Amino acid sequence: MALIECNNLSLGYEGKPIVTGLGFEVNEGDYLCIIGENGSGKSTLMKALLGHKCVISGEITFDNSIDRKEIGYLPQQTVIQKDFPASVREIVLSGCLNGCGFKPFYSASQKKTATETMKKLGIDDLANRCYRELSGGQQQRVLLARALCATKKLLILDEPVAGLDPIVTQNLYSLIKEINQNGITVIMVSHDMNAALEHASHILHIGHTPLFFGKKEDYLKSDICKIFSVQGGDAL
Amino acid sequence: MIQTLSYYLGFTFVQYALIAGLLISLCASLLGVTLVLKRYSMIGDALSHVAFGAMAIAAVCSFAPMAVTLPVTVIAAIVLLGVNSNSKIKGDAAIAMISVGALATGYLLMNVFSVSTNISGDVCTTLFGSTSILTLTKSDIILCTALAVVVILVFILFYNKIFAVTFDEGFAGATGTNTRLYNNIIAVVTAVVIVLAMNLVGALLVSALIIFPALTAMRVFKSFFSVIIGAAVISVGCSLIGLLVAIIYGTPVGSTIVVTDIAAFAVFSIIGKIKG
Ligand SMILES: Nc1ncnc2c1ncn2[C@@H]1O[C@H](COP(=O)(O)OP(=O)(O)OP(=O)(O)O)[C@@H](O)[C@H]1O
Ligand SMILES: [Mg+2]
Repeated sequence: MALIECNNLSLGYEGKPIVTGLGFEVNEGDYLCIIGENGSGKSTLMKALLGHKCVISGEITFDNSIDRKEIGYLPQQTVIQKDFPASVREIVLSGCLNGCGFKPFYSASQKKTATETMKKLGIDDLANRCYRELSGGQQQRVLLARALCATKKLLILDEPVAGLDPIVTQNLYSLIKEINQNGITVIMVSHDMNAALEHASHILHIGHTPLFFGKKEDYLKSDICKIFSVQGGDAL
Repeated sequence: MIQTLSYYLGFTFVQYALIAGLLISLCASLLGVTLVLKRYSMIGDALSHVAFGAMAIAAVCSFAPMAVTLPVTVIAAIVLLGVNSNSKIKGDAAIAMISVGALATGYLLMNVFSVSTNISGDVCTTLFGSTSILTLTKSDIILCTALAVVVILVFILFYNKIFAVTFDEGFAGATGTNTRLYNNIIAVVTAVVIVLAMNLVGALLVSALIIFPALTAMRVFKSFFSVIIGAAVISVGCSLIGLLVAIIYGTPVGSTIVVTDIAAFAVFSIIGKIKG
């Protein structure tokens, strides 16, 4: 059975639908990229996958083999209070929390994971800095490191490269690719068409109704891809 | 001065009061950091008024105060924190309502039904603490100490979870942390701390004991852990100074401690400004 399956799913807020007729499935090891214009409901879909109450009709079925505790998540926007005192290391480590169960403290191996993830994202030298004093891109990398620490089976990313410089962006894409090749399923929202087409195995293109779902190769042949690219897909 | 001090410190009840007072301040500061960062300062204030109302009921019915205040405050805490997370209801209005409602009801009850001849004295004692920690019975002190130790243990055991739900509840929930459970734990512990702190500084000043050390530490320290440790040290230090001054000069315990906390806040604000 597929890891995640939905059929004829409608999402929206307070009874008003935003996307209808959504159907797709995600299998273990897939790299699904979700694309679509602003306001088409991509973030709403991410929230629905994480169990928020955005589902109007239809159902999202998760396979029994996956537990909420094995999901890593990077939201599009994180509202964190301006004056919150927290060091980078504390935040990244908090991503490991879902692996703790009832244990009160982090294990040595979890601390090691956190340190290695910080190294991979180039923020190990910021480990003891205060989060609120970092630049926007640095903050994004910290939250990304936290998401990676929380991931055991599924990684959900909502525009992870927003605000990152080109070098870090490239590193990030290869890091996600590497994670994916290690058997972790990735679902990513992105406006970066080139990267989506380069790395993903599947594409879900949504408007108010799903415009396309399928393998990347098929998407490249579809009309919607051509229209979207011509209309400036690069810039999206 | 030293002689007065050593004279008083010779009494075991003063020693016990000191120990209980310092443990209570420690609890209040640990929890205070979370409450301030979760923007729950007003809830702490409202809960202390609820505890006052419950205390009035206990006094009228001549029950043991803690036996009434503790459960009532715990229930109020769970309700209030629940209301706050439900955005459909105006959280701050509900909090203000409960807060003044409990205060008025409590005062009315004490006034109408009290058998004591010195009603305003009783009310003043409950609101501002006066020297109550020094007049607690031995069993009260033991109960306070035990509860304080439990609160500290809970805080240490759930430290990482409390950090996660305080820093980013959305992420914690999305990745499988039971945020509702930990919010309820925070609520219950808050209620316990408030009831404890009432014995030390009185109902009206409880929030000061909870909020000031956290805000003071946040002026200077920049990681969660250092803020917690800083707040704990500041709180215990200020309470110790406040208690000793109160013993020597016979000033009211609660307000002396709070004024010391304010002084520490001023000092740390200046240090924070200088450090940049
Ligand atoms: N909390 C909310 N309550 C009501 N409506 C909302 C809420 N969040 C989003 N919407 C609406 O739902 C629609 C889809 O929003 P969503 O955030 O899913 O878009 P998106 O595809 O992620 O767009 P973007 O590319 O800008 O991130 C928008 O029209 C938005 O106005
Ligand atoms: Mg979005």
